[in-house]
Amino acid sequence: MAVEALPSNALRRPRRSRPTGHSAASNGVVYVVAAVVIVLMLAPVAYIVIGGFRTNSQITDSPAGFPAPWVAKNYVDVLTGGLFWRLVGNSLIVGLLTTLGVVVLGLMASFAIARYEYRLRGAMYALFAAGLMFPVTVAITPLYIVVKNLGLTNTLAGVILPQIAFGLPTTIIILVPFLRAIPVEIQEAAEIDGASRLGFFWRMVVPLSLPGVVTVGILAFIGSWNGYLLPLFILNNPSTFTLPLGVQQFSSQYSVDTARVLAFTSLSMLPALIFFSIFQRRIVGGLTGAVKG
Amino acid sequence: MTVREQLPTGRSSGPRSTTGGGVTSPLPVARRRSTGSWRSRLEIAVLTGPALAVFLLFVIFPVLAAAYYGFYRWAGYGVPTQFVGLQNYVTIVQDPTFLAALGHNTVIVVLSLVLQGPIAVLLALLLNRKMRGQTLIRVLIFIPYVISEVVVGTGWSLILQTSGALNSALQAVGLGALKVDWLANPDVAIWTLMGIITWKYVGFAVILFLAGLQGIPEELTEAASIDGATFWQIQRRITLPLLGPTLRIWAFLSVIGALQLFDLVYIIWGQYVASTAGTSTMATYLVVNGRNAGSYGYGNAVAVVLFVISLIVALVYQRFVLRRDTEGALTGKGR
Repeated sequence: MAVEALPSNALRRPRRSRPTGHSAASNGVVYVVAAVVIVLMLAPVAYIVIGGFRTNSQITDSPAGFPAPWVAKNYVDVLTGGLFWRLVGNSLIVGLLTTLGVVVLGLMASFAIARYEYRLRGAMYALFAAGLMFPVTVAITPLYIVVKNLGLTNTLAGVILPQIAFGLPTTIIILVPFLRAIPVEIQEAAEIDGASRLGFFWRMVVPLSLPGVVTVGILAFIGSWNGYLLPLFILNNPSTFTLPLGVQQFSSQYSVDTARVLAFTSLSMLPALIFFSIFQRRIVGGLTGAVKG
Repeated sequence: MTVREQLPTGRSSGPRSTTGGGVTSPLPVARRRSTGSWRSRLEIAVLTGPALAVFLLFVIFPVLAAAYYGFYRWAGYGVPTQFVGLQNYVTIVQDPTFLAALGHNTVIVVLSLVLQGPIAVLLALLLNRKMRGQTLIRVLIFIPYVISEVVVGTGWSLILQTSGALNSALQAVGLGALKVDWLANPDVAIWTLMGIITWKYVGFAVILFLAGLQGIPEELTEAASIDGATFWQIQRRITLPLLGPTLRIWAFLSVIGALQLFDLVYIIWGQYVASTAGTSTMATYLVVNGRNAGSYGYGNAVAVVLFVISLIVALVYQRFVLRRDTEGALTGKGR
């Protein structure tokens, strides 16, 4: 492209405005639609966040109004109380260990399925793929009994292990084609250099599949962070509650204190939002299937 | 072996990996070592063992156990002894509450497709153009999908209370006549639920479709526009047909998700209100009448019914709709 010849302001956005002849008016329509949609999408979220800055009497007087004056007390109360941080801690432990488990176990199994020839390979892939058909909802009651028999009710492990298991199908379905796409030539080169197949796995596959792994890990983490049904069954002791359970308990316990519930709720969505905005490129990229490293 | 066909066929359905470059690898990837060598077997066992163990114990076994417990009346303690045959299933099929829940699920499935599909396609087409703030807009649309159902549900139930923000806002702008009890009124509640579902999940559809749109070569639309096609002609004749595989995958995920809807309904309507407000689903019925009622055998039977319905829908869909997409538009599933 002969970009050099263009004036400097065109230089900055040569890829943005493609010369397909969109008129300024039609672009205007797009922006208006986009603006309306975004307002609709964000209004409820904004209501929760802003509502947290009001007092209960403000909310009763005018449920849809703005804070007048803005009060930070609700947020300060939530942030200085121990409950919120305990819930965040539990959710973090569950989320991180779930992600770790899903990634490690999923990567290992995917590697075997993708790059070894053995008789049960097809059956194994089909078995994991069939797991997509079993959401937690269907298996929840016997799953609870399994966890109970292992003595893991009211422990975080009782949530983590099933979450790993239910995260494996998606992980393997995403990673297997990814690992198959690594050229045989690289493997041959590694073998010529004396690497075993497991050595090849550690030195080559893990780094090369990192983009796919990141996508899978993010999906697992967000799924775990937002998970409700499984913790609801497994965790009955409030000290083990994860954030979703805590939010629900808090909102029923303080149902008269609407402002505090709003502050609590908006703080509890913050971590997921931060996490998402850091990694959004990966998520979108992972869904495209064209993960760019 | 027929299962073999389900394996992704190497490069064709796999993600366009950056590592692939121009090198084409022969299809069956690994044949370096002879299959039977003990070392190779040991490696396979080490690699797949942990995943298989966890998966069998926490996914496959519970699902099979559900089928077994479904034949018993059982309170969840000890070994189930009171075999009741198909009695649980007879009760389910005759329970008007369950049939109502099934009806709600059907409505939710249909309305999810009808509402979210067109909205999402339209938005994706509009947002697919190169524009300022593209990334920001995409992120913002995706936000409701990322927030947990519990948070979303708590927030919405506060907004939608009779004396909540929505009714108060309607009053303020002079539309007081439109004030309704959004949550408890059985004529309105299912639409309230659909509104919330659309709000929460449409962003996922948009992102999926945008991803699909990126796979359509620009040359096609460029050639068409040189030939004088208008923007909407291009979308209708070129983009939409090529987006077909993505649309069909999305519809599949949406249907399965709608059949198994639980969190939102349970959070917003709770275990008692959902059925009177007309928003109960099979999954909330399962939890309320199984675990909460202490009838674990019965709950398992409901789970089996829910699973069989999902399975039939999935198989029919794959047989008649997805079969066309031999290439598989997406390798990643939504959740």
